Amino acid sequence: MDLFSSYIIHLADNALILGHRNSEWTGHGPILEQDIALSNIALDLIGQARNFYQLAAVRINEMEPGENITEDDLAYLRDGNEFKNFILVEQPNGDWAKTILRQFYFSSFQLLLYRELLKCQQAELAAICEKSIKETRYHLKWSSEWVIRLGDGTSESHSRMIHAQQDLNPCIDELFIPADFDYEMAESGAGILPEQLKEEWFRRVNKIFETATLPLVSAENKVMQILSGKNGVHSEHLGFLLAEMQVLQRAYPGCTW
Amino acid sequence: MNKEEIIHILSEVKDPEIPVLTISDLGILRAVEYENDIVQIQITPTYSGCPAMEVIQEDIRTELARHGLNHIKIKQVLSPAWTTDWMSEAGKQKLVAYGIAAPPTHACFQSGEDRPESCPLCHSKNIEMISRFGSTACKALYRCLDCQEPFDYFKCH
Repeated sequence: MDLFSSYIIHLADNALILGHRNSEWTGHGPILEQDIALSNIALDLIGQARNFYQLAAVRINEMEPGENITEDDLAYLRDGNEFKNFILVEQPNGDWAKTILRQFYFSSFQLLLYRELLKCQQAELAAICEKSIKETRYHLKWSSEWVIRLGDGTSESHSRMIHAQQDLNPCIDELFIPADFDYEMAESGAGILPEQLKEEWFRRVNKIFETATLPLVSAENKVMQILSGKNGVHSEHLGFLLAEMQVLQRAYPGCTW
Repeated sequence: MNKEEIIHILSEVKDPEIPVLTISDLGILRAVEYENDIVQIQITPTYSGCPAMEVIQEDIRTELARHGLNHIKIKQVLSPAWTTDWMSEAGKQKLVAYGIAAPPTHACFQSGEDRPESCPLCHSKNIEMISRFGSTACKALYRCLDCQEPFDYFKCH
């Protein structure tokens, strides 16, 4: 697979895996309105993932005629080590605070990334980002409000946010470490190097944390060093997620609604 | 049959989730071409994951088939991205009559004023948000503090 396809699949995998995690809340939300909120965010993310997978499939089929890859093959028939999503998005839902913080970290990143990719020299990719960025902005607004509400809430909600930070902060550094496909994309003008977004990401996230009376975060430079989701080296959580998400296509190959 | 007649037929296709709106009212029908018996249609989704898009494509095919048109190509386009500013005035009035507050006309994302003007039932301006998300991706949930009724708001997008 060429590096452009890998990059598009990386974007798709992030959206799909977080979309799937959020969908696990459907029917289990703390109150009906927020159950609906997370289901809607899941829907947006899975929609974005579909657009990216479709673009990647076209590219792969052009490069390797006869493959006939579809979006469904990419989502349902790859194994864990072929997924290129961040370690952050595969983390289990935990409690409400952890789910909120994971969304907040990710939407903050996705917004800055899409904003840059709007200007990229690959028209189809820019079009997906143009479509998605308004949704992402809304996810960020919603998750920021919750970070503030929980952080500056009761002692219980505050301490749960602190725990969520302890769980998820080790996943931050990976967002900004380039993989081979990042270098390739930046060089060809179809993408950027993620380090470019780092300063702005920390600035924006910390601004919300300040309002939320939560500890600020800084680059730790001590990532879970063996793990690199972008390169297919995942935490153990992804395998369980895929087992559930892919079971139908694995058990009944090619089945449709 | 000519292009205008086809557009007229298509303007009867409804949004399955908000059946008072047609796809023309919503502004998601982007282009129609008719040449050599082939109808080529471009539609654009409201939200990336909108599940209504597939139903709408089926409905377009069914509606055209009723008029003897069977060679149909439908393409989904993403850019320029759909915005509620493309919703027709008639569409907005139908929404309100149906009990859903319509999105304001201005570019509200920029100004930060993404909220309904008034309650679609009693028209009071004394309203508050219950939740940023509602029964579909395109709506949020509000309540009227005067008539006490909750209502859907078609979000500015």
